[in-house]
Amino acid sequence: MRKYTPKDNVQKKSYHTSRFWTAPRVSQESVEDGSHFADVVSAMGDLAKEAFVSLGQLVVCIDATKNKEVLTLLKDECGFVQCSELSAVDYLAQDGEFEIFYQLLNMSEASRMRVRCRIKEGEAIESVTPVYKSANFAEREMYDMFGIYVNNHPYLKRILMPEDWQGHPLLKTYPLQGDEFASWYEVDKIFGKEYRDIIGPENRDTSRIDQDDTKRFSRVGYEVPFGAEPTDTPTPIEYSETILVDYNKDSGKELSHRK
Amino acid sequence: MAQHQVNYASTAGLPIALTSVDKLVNWGRSNSLWPLTYGLACCAIEMMASGASRYDFDRMGTIFRASPRQADVMILAGTLSKKHAEFARRLYDQMSEPKWVISMGSCANTGGMFNTYSIVQGVDRIVPVDIYLPGCAPRPETLQYALMMLQKKIRRESADMKKNQKQNLRLI
Repeated sequence: MRKYTPKDNVQKKSYHTSRFWTAPRVSQESVEDGSHFADVVSAMGDLAKEAFVSLGQLVVCIDATKNKEVLTLLKDECGFVQCSELSAVDYLAQDGEFEIFYQLLNMSEASRMRVRCRIKEGEAIESVTPVYKSANFAEREMYDMFGIYVNNHPYLKRILMPEDWQGHPLLKTYPLQGDEFASWYEVDKIFGKEYRDIIGPENRDTSRIDQDDTKRFSRVGYEVPFGAEPTDTPTPIEYSETILVDYNKDSGKELSHRK
Repeated sequence: MAQHQVNYASTAGLPIALTSVDKLVNWGRSNSLWPLTYGLACCAIEMMASGASRYDFDRMGTIFRASPRQADVMILAGTLSKKHAEFARRLYDQMSEPKWVISMGSCANTGGMFNTYSIVQGVDRIVPVDIYLPGCAPRPETLQYALMMLQKKIRRESADMKKNQKQNLRLI
């Protein structure tokens, strides 16, 4: 099995580092004068705190409190009619902040842009559902996955996880294999907490072999009947005369002990 | 005039076949296993293929039913998420006795490659499983084989379901 390395704090320190691989960086170019993106940035005026072009897309950083204002402006005046994606990035360990991004599409100019803003942990953001209908589900998902509250959202409810779920799975602090609540969720819900002992904890190691469990495993050379107590006395080697007839008993090749 | 009446007295006695109640009941049960139409993930595609004309489950008396009230077998075909687990259990509870469960595919058996917070790590945590069917996804032949193994198992069982020792959650 692969050596286990603790993954408690993977955001601060990576648990695997390659000697030769370096993470690729996307280049950031300044906005060219006279381009469509330059018009967008000038239309935004003071609302754009920082603007650059990355992989052919305009990226604009804004103040999180002005998100609805900015997106309304971009939709009405700059032609970004579609919000194709909206979500958050967890930078809590580094900065104690979430980065929220809105990915916008301009159909007439065939251009895309990203609006980024940052909020502190525990802060809420204004809903942009009145501007873009597609933000409705995306904001619900952002709330579900990160626990970021969205003000004035028409129906802020978990969208992927069950409504009575505890925790927000896309946070970096959330363990991939689930916390205690997650590991007992279906048992608690269906049978009740008192059945935890009967059903037992989850077995997440699919390669686990338990040689004392004679219901599911058979120890070669020490076979016992189904469900019987495991034993340390070896079972004798048996040859079935009806199936395998040893015609040459004097050959000396008979197996007397297990190899 | 044709003679419809058979004169038993002249044809070596009454037509009697001797059997046991267990055998008779299990003959009926095992040859008309009606599974619940219940696909969870990609294994359901294989299950549908098994039901369709090429593999033809119907020839084994296996007809998919859309209602748990009419079903005998629950084929849990695919990844069961924790959100959905209570509904799978509810459908199982709605099936009338006697009932059996086939856990189809790696995801249903152990959670498979979905070693995450949101997937049930083996459907035997919520329903008692009779046949574990490995594969990702198992081919229709494999599902047919599993069904035949289940038929074999049923034929060995007692007609009285109370006498059948189920190893896990049957009594819950």
